[in-house]
Order: sequence, then C-alpha cells, then structure tokens
Amino acid sequence: MKTPRFLLPAATAGVLALTLTACGGGGGGGTAGGGSDAEANLEGRGPITYVQGKDNNNVVRPLIEKWNAEHPDEQVTFKEQTDQADQQHDDLVQNFQAKTDDYDVVSVDVVWTAEFAAKGWLQPLKDKMAIDTNGMLEAPVESASYKGTLYAAPKDSDGGILYYRKDLVPEAPKTWDEMMGMCSIAKENNIGCYAGQYKQYEGLTVNASEAINSAGGSVLNDDGKPNLTTPEAEEGLNNLVDAFKNGNIPAEAITYQEEESRRAFQEGKLLFHRNWPYIYSLITTEGSSAVKDKFGMAPLPGKDGPGASSLGGHSAAISVYSKNKATALDFIKFLTNEEQQKFFANQASLAPVLSSLYEDQELVSKLPYLTVLQESIANAVPRPVTPFYPAVTQAIQENSYAALKGEKSAEQALADMQKSIESASAGS
Amino acid sequence: MTTTTASTELRARQDKGRKAAQNREKWASARTYISAVVILIWCLAPAYWMVVTAFREVDFTYDTTPWPTHVTMDNFITAFDTSFGNRFGQALLNSIFIGVTVTVISLVIGVFAAYALARLNFRFKYLVLGFILGASMFPGVALITPLFQLFTNIGWMGTYQALIIPNISFVLPLTVYTLTSFFREMPWELEESARVDGCTQGQAFRKVIMPLAAPAIFTTAILAFISSWNEFLIASQLSNEATKPVTVAIASFAGAQPNQIPYTAIMAAGTIVTIPLVILVLVFQRKIVAGLTAGAVK
Amino acid sequence: MATELGPTPATKPASGGTPVHHGPKGVGEDNKILSQGKWASWLLAPTIIALGIVIVYPIISAIIMSFQKDAGLDPVTGLFTEGGPAGIQNYVNWLGQQCAAPGGGTVACPPGTLGGQFWSATGTTFLFTVITVTFETILGFWMAMIMARTFKGRGLVRAAVLVPWAIPTAVTAQLWLFMFDFNGIINKLFNVSILWTGSEWPAKWAVIIADTWKTTPFMALLILAGLQMIPAEVYEAAKVDGATAWQRFRLITLPLVKPALMVAILFRTLDALRMFDLPYILTGGANNTTTLSILVINQIRQGFNSAAALSTITFIIIFLVAFIFVRFLGANVVEQSGATGKGKK
Repeated sequence: MKTPRFLLPAATAGVLALTLTACGGGGGGGTAGGGSDAEANLEGRGPITYVQGKDNNNVVRPLIEKWNAEHPDEQVTFKEQTDQADQQHDDLVQNFQAKTDDYDVVSVDVVWTAEFAAKGWLQPLKDKMAIDTNGMLEAPVESASYKGTLYAAPKDSDGGILYYRKDLVPEAPKTWDEMMGMCSIAKENNIGCYAGQYKQYEGLTVNASEAINSAGGSVLNDDGKPNLTTPEAEEGLNNLVDAFKNGNIPAEAITYQEEESRRAFQEGKLLFHRNWPYIYSLITTEGSSAVKDKFGMAPLPGKDGPGASSLGGHSAAISVYSKNKATALDFIKFLTNEEQQKFFANQASLAPVLSSLYEDQELVSKLPYLTVLQESIANAVPRPVTPFYPAVTQAIQENSYAALKGEKSAEQALADMQKSIESASAGS
Repeated sequence: MTTTTASTELRARQDKGRKAAQNREKWASARTYISAVVILIWCLAPAYWMVVTAFREVDFTYDTTPWPTHVTMDNFITAFDTSFGNRFGQALLNSIFIGVTVTVISLVIGVFAAYALARLNFRFKYLVLGFILGASMFPGVALITPLFQLFTNIGWMGTYQALIIPNISFVLPLTVYTLTSFFREMPWELEESARVDGCTQGQAFRKVIMPLAAPAIFTTAILAFISSWNEFLIASQLSNEATKPVTVAIASFAGAQPNQIPYTAIMAAGTIVTIPLVILVLVFQRKIVAGLTAGAVK
Repeated sequence: MATELGPTPATKPASGGTPVHHGPKGVGEDNKILSQGKWASWLLAPTIIALGIVIVYPIISAIIMSFQKDAGLDPVTGLFTEGGPAGIQNYVNWLGQQCAAPGGGTVACPPGTLGGQFWSATGTTFLFTVITVTFETILGFWMAMIMARTFKGRGLVRAAVLVPWAIPTAVTAQLWLFMFDFNGIINKLFNVSILWTGSEWPAKWAVIIADTWKTTPFMALLILAGLQMIPAEVYEAAKVDGATAWQRFRLITLPLVKPALMVAILFRTLDALRMFDLPYILTGGANNTTTLSILVINQIRQGFNSAAALSTITFIIIFLVAFIFVRFLGANVVEQSGATGKGKK
C-alpha cells in the first residue's frame, strides 16, 4: 500500500495544473494559418524593432542611427541576439509562436527561410509588399524564396573558397582530382593536404553538400524530394571518404569546425583549405599566422571545373505579427540598398548581394578576393530549401559523419540519408 | 631489581608508544597535506588555464605554453567594453541581484517547508515530498517554451521576476530536501529546554536551533546562490538587454569575425565572475563559522 | 517496512516513546495532528505555489501537447497545418523507435533520424549518470573528509574546491572544449594525440571528466556540512573505546553523514539524468554522447508535440529512478512513521 502514496503527487499535480492551463491559453503548437495575419497592418507606420545576431563589427548600430535621424516618427530599436545561430533560431521561434509583435524585422539565416515561411510567420514580399530583386545575385534570392514566393530580402551572402599555399603550388587546382594529385607536394613538405569542416555540426552539412553538389549530385530534387541514391552523390561523398582513408585529409579534421581548420591552415599545416571569406583578414593580420603572404584564393574545385559551394548568409524578413509593416518594408529596402551593402562590405567584410558591387574598384582593392567570391556564389547551390531543414541537416550530418569515420560505406550512408529525409517530410 | 626493570620496561614501552603515536600523527598530517595538494591541483589546474588564457593576446589564443605568454589586459578591457552594446558590468549586477534574491527567498520558504516536513506530523507528507522532488525531474530544456508563453501572456517578459521565480523553483527542491535532512539531525531537546526556560517556540527556533543549523543553512545558501548564478537556459530566452545575467552576457560575446569563438574574452569573463564569488563565499563562511563558535549553546 | 531505512537506523529510538513534538496548541492527540496539519500547510504553501507556477504548469501543458500530432505540411499551400489528436502514437513511436513512412504508417527509424536515437540516448544518459555520480561521490567524500580536518591552509583548500563550481557552466564547457582541442593543452601536457571529440570513448570520457570536475564541489560541500554536524565528542568517545580509523569511519561517520550524502546523491542523479550543456557544447551529441535532454531540444526544433512526448517519457524515467532511490536505497529524508522525532544521543 505504500507505492500509491508516492505516486499520488502526479495526480494532484494534474488537478492543480489543469486549472492553470485553462488560464494560460494552451501553450505551444505554433502552426500556420498565417493568412489573416499576413493581410493585416500592411499600411502600419511607427516604431519598429530589428532583430539579428551579434553585430560583430558594429555595422548595424550606425546604420540604425542613420535611419533614425531621417525617420523621427518611425524609429528603429535594435535587439541584438547572441552569437550562436541555434540560439538565434530558437529565440525567433519562441517569439513567433507566442505571436508577439515585439519583433518586426528579423534577420534570418538562409536555411531558416523555408521553415519560417511554411509556419506562416514571415510576411510574403509580394504585391504591395514586393521588393526589387533585380541586380541581386541569383542564389541568395533563391534561398530567400519558398514555393516561388519571396519571403525575405537577401542582406548578405557567403560562399566557400579554396585557400591554397601559393608558395608550394603555383596554380590552384580546378578539379578535385587535380587537387588530390597535388597531395604529393604536401607529403614532401610534411604537412596535411586538404581540410574543410567535418565535426558533426552544421558545417558538416555544408561540406558534405558541397562534395555531393560539386560531383554533379544534389541533396533534394526540384520537387523538394531527397535525391541522394545517385552515382553522382556517391562519387561526391566518396571523394571525402577516400581522402580521409588515404590521409589526404588529416585524421584530426574530424574534429574541425571553422576555427580549428583555419588555425591548421594558418599555422602552415595544410596545403589546401576550404573555408568562408571571413578568414582572409585573420590569416593576413594575426600575429600567430605563418602564411600571411604565402596563400592564394580560388573557387572550390569540382568535377570538371569550379565546384558548387554551399551558400551562407542572411536575409531580412518581416514578421506577420508586426503592427507597422509599411515602416518595416521601408527599412528592409534601406538595409539592402547599394549604399548600405557597400558599407557592410567595407566595414564588416560581408559579401554583398548586389552583383554590381563585385566590380566596385574601391571594394575590390580592399577585399581582393571579391572576384573569386563572386564566382563561388554564382556557382553556389543553396543548402536544401525545405521546411524540414532541421531534420534534413540532422540526417546529412549523422550519416556523412559515420561514412567519414569509416563506420559505413558512402552508399549505405546516402541510402540512410534518403530514408531519413523521406520519413521527416512524411510528417508524423 | 625487578621493580627497576619493570619500571624501565614500562617507561620504554610508554616512550615507544608515544613515539609511535607521534609518528602516526606526523604521517597523518603529511597525508592530509598530500591530499590537500592533490585536491588543489585537480580543482585549480583547469581554472589556471582559464586565467592564463584570459591574459593572452587574442592572436595567440591557442598557444600551449603552460605558463603565461603574450600577456595582455586587453581581454578584460574587451569584456567590460560597452561601445558595442556589451553590458557586462550591468549583467554582473543583475546576476548578483537575481542570485541574492533567489537565495534569500528560497531559503526563507525552504526553511518553513523543511521545518514542517522534519518536525510536524501531518497527512500527505509523502505526497508533498514526492511533489517537491518531482519538480526536479522534468527536462529543463522543455520548460522554456511553456514559460515563455506564460510570461508573454502576463506581460512579464524581460522582467526580473521572470528570471527570479523560475530560479527559485529550480533551487527549492534541493533546498527543502537538504534542510529537512539536516533538521532531522538537530538535537531538538535543546529547543524543549529553551521553552522550559521561557522562550516561545519561535524564539527557541531562532535562538537555539538556527545557530546550530548554521552550517547546513549556509551550505544550502551557497548551493542556491551558485545554482542561480549558473543558470543559463531560461535566462537566455526570458531576459532582455537590461536584465540579462552574466551567463547570457558571456554567451553573446562575439569574435571580431563570425565563427570565431572569442575564447580569450570568455575566459576573462569567467575569471571576473569566479574570483569575487569565491572571495564572497569565503568571507561569509568565516563570519558564520566564527559566529557559530562564539554563540555555541553547548 | 523492512527495507525502509531511516536516516540513522542505528540510533532510531523506540517509536511511541517520549513526545518530542508539540503543536502550537497542545490539546488532545487527534487535535494535535490536525492542528499540526494546518500549521504545516501554511509552512508548505509558498513552496507548493512556487513549484506549481514554474514546474507543474509546463509539465501539464507538455502532457496535453504530447497527445497531439506534429504539424504536417499541406502539399498544396506548402504551409504547416495542425496535426490533430494523436492518441498515444507519439509515445509508441519513441519507445518503438518508429518513424513516419512516406506512404503513411510507420517504419523502423533509419539512422539519421532523432527517433532512431531514443534507446541509445537513454543508455548514454544512464551511463553518464552512473559513472559521474559514482566518481563525484567518492571524490566528494574524500575532499570533504580532508576539508573537515584542521590544518594550515584549510581555507585555501575550501576556496579552491569552490572554483570549478563557481565558474558558470557556459564558460566551463567552452574551457573544456578549448582544452580538449586536438592541439590543446591536454594533448600537449600528456604528450598524446587523442581526438577527444572525434571518437566514441574519448568523447564520452571528455564529458565525464568535465562533468565530474564541475560538480564534485557540490557533493563535497553537502557532505562537509553533514560532517560538521557530527559532534567532536562522538569521535573522541570512540577513540577512547579504541575504535580504529576505519571503524570510526564505518560506524560513526558514514551513518551520521548518510542523510546528507543521500540527498546529495539523489539530487546529483536527478541532475545528471537531465545533463545537457556539457555534452551539447563539447561534442554536439556526436559519437553517441546524445543524452535525453539533447534529444529533447533537437526534437523541439523538428516538432513540438513529439518533443513534449519525449519530455514526458524522460520525466517518467527519472521519476522511476527517484522512486527506486527513495524507496529502496534509503534516500529518505523523513522516516516512514513521521510522527517520531529522532531523539539523538
């Protein structure tokens, strides 16, 4: 007779909380419906809040000050999130789910757009709310769209770049095979040949997708269905698997995120290195850098020519729950116009989304890699645009990680990815 | 003759015994010191590395020379730099305010509850105990969304109470259980005798029992304070710029470039928040232990 | 009743003996219990209310959500729509590691889905819990015994012991990640090249070491408080009686510290079963270091209702562990009869 005594709390707790729930307004379960919210407040003007992750280079504050000086009745407040993408994502989700109008304009990572759009949280940028995307690079616009509708204004972009030791290899390799052929040079110099980012995290999705796309495969087909059981995808993933096996990619690269791999390259331990443009200024200026003037930059190597980079970057979107959407729209137009884009590039080395800026002499002299980056972004494939992105990236990460560690064959890994993604999009 | 031999023998044996005892004591104190050194190394080595890194130039973050090299104060200046919207100083004050409030409130209501559980006889005692313990069983990560909804509905987002109340609930089960277990060990006869001497029950509790329970209450206070000091998950979602505690402030430290983890600044911040806390605890401990010895009832 | 171990069974007085308790009003025996109950409910009310708001409300809302299907995608509009009632399907899916099949119905979860990780995450969580709590108990007891002695520099040791715990977890995790780096100080110091976060057992040990380092002070402090409450005379008396150090430890220290120790172990266990930050930051859950809490947060990003079911399952698992603890291992802060105080000495 003693057991029930201990179990009773659960029962009382139940009674107590049922009453609580009744008052609390049934938490959770944020789902679409968005229709009416998307129609509301289109003409609204007034103060708004702009939300984005940590402003690393202090470029957003001056822009907002500038805006506020010109718009005394439509002041923008800046809400800065933490530096971690996961936390930014969760913070946005919490606010959207609670349907608060605390956030008016939000900065969304390219991979979140589809998810947020499908949940009905983002204002479609069409009709009255349309923005002009002429002159913008194609890939960023594509990644800000869902089902043919634009949901966010591309704000900054990013693409993978091949860094190489120009003191050891005179010319950058154009193809993967060519690069692997040069690995003997690395051996002669007693350094590792190539590394990207292979820890099990978002960066692995980037690298694995690049390998698959560069070999001519694709993660999702045009209908958004997984398309991984193809010979091209297998070849792509096998390129990485084999390089790990034969040591062309050093074993410790399985623990690399961006910074660990940057350090290896910068300390002169790698011949070739895949990373984002941000490391350029660090390699050239950091005191501990051993390769300050010994490196070059090139597009990622592909099967027969330049490879397909995964696309990074952010867009600015309007919350459907915003009360002042007209102001919000003006503000995102302001954020993405040429003057501000140039300011971002100049001050924070953020890759612009306007193609004209890649030919801007002033910028090119400051950021010599712009031409390479433009090519990278031009060839870039957005990471899978799908509302099930969290499940898709989980499937890619877990299975490609197992393949890279030799725990399963590339073929098996891709088959498992295929099944996992199918299951995720089957809904539950 | 025989008596002399016997007494010499006896003396010799006593000497031997004393020597052995002295040796044993020496050996015991040596062992204590060796253990103390081992504890110091285990606890402080990683913290030492935190401090060394905190004083390193950011360009040499990953230097593995075991002693300080490329020494600079920059990281501490960066940590407190407010020009980029970091408000570490404010966050420090917030953490102290939240921590102290949580500790005081949870101790007061914890002492009530523990007294009832340890001393009073009533029905449903097990139910209450189970209920209190049950509160420590739900995954913390799953509490955020409902709390966010709740606090949004009642307009508490970003307020201090939205950070303090959840923290109280997190530390209460531990507080109640610890205090209850200690209270059961107390020599309550003393309370009886104090009452015989004319104290009311409340006076008896305050003047006799509380001083005796001081080590327990003090320990519980440290547990409560540090637990609130360490809390991150809830605060990261429910605080705003003005109310965020240090844990959230540290998480929003950013490198000069995206992806760059600003280890040196994080370590500097870690150093800043750890050292005062340890000093604070030590000072209080000394004071309380001293007060206890002075006012000993026995 | 036979398995019911009170805090110090050795000194348990014959029940029904001296009336140690007294209600505010001393009337008849029945009335006394009644008024004590009233008194108790006033004393307990603040605790119950505080826990009710913050803990019970979320638990109930999670339980309600867990019987709902996750939102599904409307293929025409591309928008998510409410999933509707699910019955116990979410629970069945987790326990059976079943995932939605493309054509409807369910299949065994393929590798790379969260559903396929339930049992391995449960195993990992228990593994971490058993190892870290064991280490922390042994180390913590030892540290407390040292700190309870009188020697020069005791203050320093007490301060040092606090340090690991006083460093916020967010910093601790980064600190260990930094030290476990392939080119980090640990590999350098011990002259090894271990990929700490790159393979299964090193990754698990990294988490265990970091967690043990971080939370041993918690154990040590609680046990120390227990030790401090043992009157010195008890030891002296035992010494006079010729008890050896081991006998003193086994017959005096252990039984008298047991209540504090059990509370410490119980709460450490509950905490360890919900371990989240350290493995999340150190390994991201790779290499079989995904704990139930990590699985919960990953699932929250993929579907709330299913995550609510997982939270509830975790809650039940932890509840069972706690139950076993309190019922069979003597982690009981009040004695079964409740009425008899423990007239000590």
